[in-house]
Amino acid sequence: MFEALTEKLQATFRRLRSRGRLTEADVREALRDVRMALLEADVNFKVVKDFLARVEARAVGQEVLASLTPEQEVIRAVRDELIALLGERPERLKLAATPPTVIYLVGLQGSGKTTTAAKVARWLVNQGHRPLLVAADVTRPAAVDQLQRLAQTIGVAVWSQPESPAVEVVRGAYQRSRQVAADVIVVDTAGRLHIDPALMEELRRMEAVLPAHERLLVVDAMTGQDAVRVAETFAQAVPLTGFVLTKLDGDARGGAALSIRAVTGLPVKFMATGEKLDALEVFQPDRLASRILGMGDVLSLIERAEAALDRQDSERLAQRLDAGDFTLEEFKALIAQVKRMGPLSKLVDLLPQMGPLQKVKGQIDDRSLVRVEAILNSMTRAELRRPDIINGSRRRRIALGSGTTVQEVNRLLRQYEEMRKLMRQWKGMKKRNAKAPRFPLPPFPNL
Amino acid sequence: MALWDRLREGLRRTRQGLGDRIRTLWTGGKEGAALFDDLEAVLYEADLGPQLVEAVLSELRRTVGGGARGGADEVLQAVYQILVAHLPSPRDPWRLPPTPPAVWLVVGVNGTGKTTTAAKMAYALRQQGRTVCLGAADTFRAAAVEQLEVWGQRLGVEVIRQGSGADPAAVAFDTAQAAAARGLHAAIIDTAGRLHNKAQLMEELKKVARVVGKAVAGAPHRVWLVLDATTGQNGLAQARVFTEAVAVDGIVLTKLDGTAKGGVALAIYETLGVPVELVGVGEGPEDLLPFDPDRYVAAILGRSGPGEWV
Repeated sequence: MFEALTEKLQATFRRLRSRGRLTEADVREALRDVRMALLEADVNFKVVKDFLARVEARAVGQEVLASLTPEQEVIRAVRDELIALLGERPERLKLAATPPTVIYLVGLQGSGKTTTAAKVARWLVNQGHRPLLVAADVTRPAAVDQLQRLAQTIGVAVWSQPESPAVEVVRGAYQRSRQVAADVIVVDTAGRLHIDPALMEELRRMEAVLPAHERLLVVDAMTGQDAVRVAETFAQAVPLTGFVLTKLDGDARGGAALSIRAVTGLPVKFMATGEKLDALEVFQPDRLASRILGMGDVLSLIERAEAALDRQDSERLAQRLDAGDFTLEEFKALIAQVKRMGPLSKLVDLLPQMGPLQKVKGQIDDRSLVRVEAILNSMTRAELRRPDIINGSRRRRIALGSGTTVQEVNRLLRQYEEMRKLMRQWKGMKKRNAKAPRFPLPPFPNL
Repeated sequence: MALWDRLREGLRRTRQGLGDRIRTLWTGGKEGAALFDDLEAVLYEADLGPQLVEAVLSELRRTVGGGARGGADEVLQAVYQILVAHLPSPRDPWRLPPTPPAVWLVVGVNGTGKTTTAAKMAYALRQQGRTVCLGAADTFRAAAVEQLEVWGQRLGVEVIRQGSGADPAAVAFDTAQAAAARGLHAAIIDTAGRLHNKAQLMEELKKVARVVGKAVAGAPHRVWLVLDATTGQNGLAQARVFTEAVAVDGIVLTKLDGTAKGGVALAIYETLGVPVELVGVGEGPEDLLPFDPDRYVAAILGRSGPGEWV
């Protein structure tokens, strides 16, 4: 489903991209796919509705439709709104003016609080702090053991009080933080259902003893529609300051983050991206935006293409291709444009993680493009315009001139021929169907 | 509190808002498109996922003719029946093979409640007069073995373990062998949580499943995927990959005492045919119940039982 979806979105954007002009109906059609993508990514139903209303307001504007690249404007509108919603820039932890800073980690059972506590402590150590971990999850069997083990692994002080209620544990923790000169106290609390009043009351009592500077809700990236209700209820019971998104090393899209952000307005502060204790990163809104849409970094790819391609050149090329002239000259111009976008291997890295092109990753040799160019540069203008005149003797000369072999020249000519056939097919298709793409997919030579 | 009351209590919270909304929706004189819009929201928020929601809605349109006419009750009745039809008929989750011991594997991603579920299973079998042992094959998560041991002590069930970091397949083998040697009815093996997209961890799990087959013929007899009810559409990917790796044949839907509904389980049954057989509705050992599709759907839709709206 995941792959199918990624491809579907890409296909829609491709279809949009290939049309000369977008109508409002086109945009709405693409937004329907975006809607599906967001819902599949577990973004809350209502949030999706609001979100699309905003995107649509932007994307069907006359400016967008009249622009040269409306499809990119649509994609940009989706992405910009997504990032605006997720928060423009990473938000850091707020540290207290007078230490110790107190951080509570709260959340449902199994969201990853204990592991996250250790990861946050580890991150703080890297930032030059002296954290104290506090094992205040006295409910789950062996949760205290778990935190002690983790603390030991990362070499961080840990405070626990066997057989004591959580309120007493945090009381002791404050004194302990003085003794070990800790400047940040990270409290791991018991997993609780947001609808459990007794446990929510316990949190408030803990805070009466040890007030928090940060109260982070730990949320599993796999959470579905319920994320909204969980976040709202927690936020009502304890004034949350942000949340941590865990298990992003899975293949869940993490749409829950978008929902929570939209409903509570709170920032995502960290994302946990692996089982190792250093796998905690400051949250990057743009990365999650791409992930939610399952788009890889197609957007950077588009940006790069835009920056590199001369619009006039592209238009001229497109016109000639439309007219059915696909000689080696056009082939050469295409390759020059592709090359301007940067090394192919890097470009492929920007493609969606699960996309069909994933297979070619790691198989691309940037040097082959240089050789293709050398071969084309060794041809005469006549040869470029009329490839059929390239006979055996010319092939030998071209190989010699470009420092390649006749086999390589042959291979290139074969690739060109295949591409020309594709172009012709597409032209025939276009004749029968006015809606056929104006310009086929960027014809990456099959290097 | 009777077990079903407990579930109903959990599900009552689940549908707070939901049932109310449906009722105001039905009694609020809405009809046609508006009614369908609201019903769509209700189904989405139950985590059924876009594909199943669309399928259910189009079935519904066929049944009640676009919702243009037909009373609210009629429409609700129809949704109810469609949803129930998308779920498996109930089976006894506690059935054991004729020749003991039965070896059960408990698998799933991190944090779904595998360890607790394994303990609850042991408790339930014990309650039925079956003899059982637990295997602590989650040797990865810090203190997971201790967690299971605490449960073992509480329940008076033997826990087969090795040290932390031990080979999980070896622990699983020991557990199956111990169950056979002691003439127990069942061995329940808790495995480490693993994200399904981590190939080497899935290989490790395959090995566990292979190895228990060497200790006891035909093992594992059941492979339970523990699925957190708060999980969204990723649950489908989880179920697919785990089923491919170790032939999952039953799902335990946990944390149904919260507000989440775990509707992705319907999508899983729809696409993979793996049924939910057990539901977890609390932290106590008795809070593991056989799944009843009828009541599940009824409760989700804000109805206490067939024929009567709450």
